[in-house]
Amino acid sequence: MVDHDAARRDFLRLVGVALPAGMVLCACGGNGTSAHGGTSNAYFAPEEMDFIKAATARLIPTDALGPGADKAGVPTFLDLQLAGPYGRAERWYMQGPWPRGISGQGYQLRYTPAQLYRQAIAGIDRHCRAQYQHPFAMLTADRQDDVLHALQDGKVDLGDVPSQTFFNLLWQNTQEGFLADPAYGGNRDFAGWKLIGFPGPRYNYVREIGEYGKPYQQPYVSLIGRAPDAALAHAPEAS
Amino acid sequence: MARRMPPVDVVLVGFGWTASIIAQELTDAGVQVLALERGAWRDTVPDFATDHIQDELRYAVRKQIFEAPERETMTFRNNAGQTALPMRHLGSFLPAAGVGGAGVHWNGQCWRFLPQDFQIRTHTEQRYGKGFVPADMNLQDWGVTYDDLEPHYDRFEYLCGVSGQAGNVNGQLVAGGNPFEGARKRGYPLPPLERSASTVLFDKAARDVGFRPFPCPAANASRPYRNPLGVQMGQCTYCGYCEWFGCGNYSKASPQTTILPVLLQKDNFRFKTHCAVTRVNTDPTGKRATGVTYVDVDGNEIEQPAQMVVLCAFAHHNVHLLLVSKIGQPYDPVSNTGVVGRNYAYQITSSVDVFQKERLNPFMGAGALGQAIDEFNGDNFDHGPHGFVGGGYIALWQTGGRPILQHYLPKDAPTWGAGWKKAMRENYLTACSIATHGSVMSYRSSYLDLDPTWRDVYGNPLLRLTFDFQPNELKMSGFLTDKAAQIGRAIPGATIHEKKRQGPYSIVPYQTTHNTGGAVMGDDPKTSVVNRYLQSWDVPNLWVMGASVFPQNAGYNPTGTVGALTFWSAAAMKRYLKNPGPLVTA
Amino acid sequence: MNAWARVVGTGCLLGLLALCAACSHERNPAAPSAIKLGERMSPGPWGEISRGRYLVRAGDCEACHTAPGGQPFAGDRAIPTPFGTIYSSNITPDPETGIGRWTDEDFYRAMHEGIDREGEHLYPAFPYPWYTRLSRDDVLAIKAYLDTRAPVRQDHRRNALPWPLDQRGLMALWNGMYFDAGSFQPDPKRPAQWNRGAYLVQGLGHCGACHSDKNFAGATDMDDPFTGGHAENAYAPSLAGSVRDGLGSWTGQDIVQYLGTGRNGRTAAAGPMAEVIEQSTQYLSKPDLEAIAVYLKSLPAPKDTSVASVDKDTLDRGAALYLDNCQGCHLKQGQGEIGAFPPLRQSSAVQAASADTLIGVILEGASIPRTTAEPTGLAMQGFADHLSDAQIADLTTYIRNAWGNRAEAVDPGHVRDLRETLRESPGG
Repeated sequence: MVDHDAARRDFLRLVGVALPAGMVLCACGGNGTSAHGGTSNAYFAPEEMDFIKAATARLIPTDALGPGADKAGVPTFLDLQLAGPYGRAERWYMQGPWPRGISGQGYQLRYTPAQLYRQAIAGIDRHCRAQYQHPFAMLTADRQDDVLHALQDGKVDLGDVPSQTFFNLLWQNTQEGFLADPAYGGNRDFAGWKLIGFPGPRYNYVREIGEYGKPYQQPYVSLIGRAPDAALAHAPEAS
Repeated sequence: MARRMPPVDVVLVGFGWTASIIAQELTDAGVQVLALERGAWRDTVPDFATDHIQDELRYAVRKQIFEAPERETMTFRNNAGQTALPMRHLGSFLPAAGVGGAGVHWNGQCWRFLPQDFQIRTHTEQRYGKGFVPADMNLQDWGVTYDDLEPHYDRFEYLCGVSGQAGNVNGQLVAGGNPFEGARKRGYPLPPLERSASTVLFDKAARDVGFRPFPCPAANASRPYRNPLGVQMGQCTYCGYCEWFGCGNYSKASPQTTILPVLLQKDNFRFKTHCAVTRVNTDPTGKRATGVTYVDVDGNEIEQPAQMVVLCAFAHHNVHLLLVSKIGQPYDPVSNTGVVGRNYAYQITSSVDVFQKERLNPFMGAGALGQAIDEFNGDNFDHGPHGFVGGGYIALWQTGGRPILQHYLPKDAPTWGAGWKKAMRENYLTACSIATHGSVMSYRSSYLDLDPTWRDVYGNPLLRLTFDFQPNELKMSGFLTDKAAQIGRAIPGATIHEKKRQGPYSIVPYQTTHNTGGAVMGDDPKTSVVNRYLQSWDVPNLWVMGASVFPQNAGYNPTGTVGALTFWSAAAMKRYLKNPGPLVTA
Repeated sequence: MNAWARVVGTGCLLGLLALCAACSHERNPAAPSAIKLGERMSPGPWGEISRGRYLVRAGDCEACHTAPGGQPFAGDRAIPTPFGTIYSSNITPDPETGIGRWTDEDFYRAMHEGIDREGEHLYPAFPYPWYTRLSRDDVLAIKAYLDTRAPVRQDHRRNALPWPLDQRGLMALWNGMYFDAGSFQPDPKRPAQWNRGAYLVQGLGHCGACHSDKNFAGATDMDDPFTGGHAENAYAPSLAGSVRDGLGSWTGQDIVQYLGTGRNGRTAAAGPMAEVIEQSTQYLSKPDLEAIAVYLKSLPAPKDTSVASVDKDTLDRGAALYLDNCQGCHLKQGQGEIGAFPPLRQSSAVQAASADTLIGVILEGASIPRTTAEPTGLAMQGFADHLSDAQIADLTTYIRNAWGNRAEAVDPGHVRDLRETLRESPGG
């Protein structure tokens, strides 16, 4: 083992990436299995991960323009986020009572994001089984799109979670995973940034800002270098 | 029983912009000053260092650089008929915790208010007649004038190294600057920032329409700068991570990059972090502050005696402290009497997204890199035909192109799926957005008081915000947005998406952190909490800084005026310290 | 000195400190705001104390004789040496644990011969091989000042040295081989200013303790002093006249500005020198700084050594790392930013014989000294968490060979060793 693996692991911890022991992000290719063959999700149960992969693959599909959410590692990103402080709503005010308000008063559910996903995914799969005899992940792409639209329109009964609230969160988090720094496990191989032309955290454009209309030429870069996937693959081995 | 610390001359609640200025000024005068900050110590290195600060997810999305509502938040409702509910995570506005306060994560948009802004009631009634002001609008003059504040604006601008183009020096208009600004004694310390491709588009379109655009004043250093305290700033690199981030390059003015290197060397200054002030203590007469009580990092309740107390926290928190400390008469909206919590105001923003073909490289930007027009701000135009009070600027800011939150998609683009992906690819590098930034006046129905139900971790009731956009503001903002659209349409080949602000006010989407009022300044103790020097009418050794003293809000970002008022107040404090007592008799 | 004099002395000193604080606000940006204490004082005991204070600063005594977070001059700071860790002694006037019982003669002997009150040999981590040149007057002024300090009880910690180095008697042998006691002898052929500079550099300033090569026994090579040397896990570059890695291209004013403020147009202090400037040289008077500059500029330029050329792949990898990690501040041509971020191009520190200071800065970060003239303390983060040993080696090699720079390549194994040493060093 070389020195910089420990150092990189420290950095990943610094940026808030919670890495479960034994998890090999790079090798898994987004399929959630480790080199040992078992599941290695940080938060999601296997069937929850099936939903996440299927749903995010529809939200941002792989097509002629390039990789979609699944290939970009968005499911891994979501799994890690929900396992961490964000999933636990650590910075939120979570004291009751919990009356329902109007939309302008914002989020008023007692669920943390991690709890909300769990609650909602179970409800969606229940809904899909009842309607189509299969969980969401087993439906055709068109049918999955229909379910997602229904969620977005608030038309699926998920108990005390409004389906629109869950959809908005899922879509927001999916975009995050596609467009956040690859250090967080998503945006693999800069898939999101290459799609739009964002070069990453480059730091000095004093000369270039006045070169109107000219493409910016430097290679894509992440907070952990030009090959963030390699860095992420190293990190857990050291834990 | 609270532990009691040895007394100090002056205790400051909070350690952001206003506390840093007050501390620097009073320690120079030989006074012993202690600042109590509820958040953590932060400095450029390591906290904002360039190896990790450009992290949109961590700072802008997960909001790790702001206050965490977990410990203390507020409740919100649009009107007194509703039940206010807690703001469970941040949204509409983003106050800070930690040394430097919001001065760490601001954009650096550093404006002066217009001379008429400070005498808005007098001015409006003179020009349009007494009936022009709606009956429920608590419009009032500030008690200071632009001329009073001019030297103090100047000090703040030179402290910060503001980059800009003067438009009016000693009454002489200067080409290329803002022709509507109040007269200044000298130009900005630094020339304007470089222009981005998008601001060049805006500039040309605005001129074509017949307006007079100018570079926005920026507390982002366009050159390496050494301020009057000898503190060195670096040249802005247009990295695009200003607002909601700390600057890793010493280029954005903040307490850390302008004052603290000098202040922290002084023997008569100290600060403590992770100390949340929960109360201002008064003697039995209630006419004299004896110090503050705070809770330290271990949860100990500690009393800090002081000769003088200065509230330097964010606007909400200053008002909250006054209310829980029972200092001053709380505002009663029914009778329109009382002062603490009265005249809460905000700002109203809208935008016009512009879609065109030229590559704009939006990721090259700076927090205050922009071109603006001021034709429709303040009373720079005849309000008579329009029937509303107030105004705002219209600007194209190029603050950065952070992919998650800073992308613009056409109105008809699908919200997700392959169509979203295509729209992202086609528009990220070429779209831009024109912003309007409008004033919000004060109303009987907009106020702050204590919530009857929810409490913070210290056991104090949460602050309750009752606020909505009023017809005056929605009308004004719609007017501004139409003008912005006129500019957008003048950009060659552009299609536009006009995004007018609709009521009711929602606390969910980010709009602006320019919350004002609740402890307003003025000449009349019946309608203000502090006098024209920001000294409490009720407790003369208590002072309140920051935007909580604005009687209503103007059309500009407030930090420049907050800085000027702080220098103005510090000068008065020095007089007070020589001869303690009320500086103004009511 | 009796207790009464001590109280009065301290009181006057506080007064002086206040005076200096007031002076410091009248800033003349053109000139370093050095405090000219030594010059303003009239003769007499009071003058001696204040002169002593000036000299104590010139000798940077407080740096070694104060532990991090400890009481000034109470010692107990760990001094890393190639032989083990030595802990500095308490030089406050505490009678039990400090120098409260020392006579003037005891003190002079320690400074002049490296032998303490009990007759024990001191280790040359205490720079008596340099202090020996001090005039007796100056040594006694230093003691007069130290005697005004509040006594602090702080026992001397046992040095962590292996046998036989823990035997102080061994130092007699060392002294026999490498040390000659003797006062500074002015060179009558040189002007007074040069001699003053030589006295300060070779004596109290003990510049050569770091900026000279040391032999296996830790003794300075007195035949060829000031041509650079290893010190505290960093490398103190040559002060001699070579253009590439010495002070050959510096003007006298560059030297005055550097020592007085912590930076100049060519570089900014980093590593142990940053502390030397913060605690010592910024307080020197302008005439003394000018004298130092005159002396240093008189040092001859040794013949420039040849440097092996570096392969293109290494430079390409280094250039990519420079673009990703450094270029934002130090800019494309390594030119830095005037007044803010130091240049790397044509920097003698960057091209020094050893890259240790540069590697240390990349690993652990650095901040420009905070001085009265330059209060900002602009800082750079460390990259230990970001870059591997091989990457730092490539990057350092690139910086040392880009934009006309020329210096030996850096080996990854050396970076690994230095990373380990810095991680374990008592100061780090």
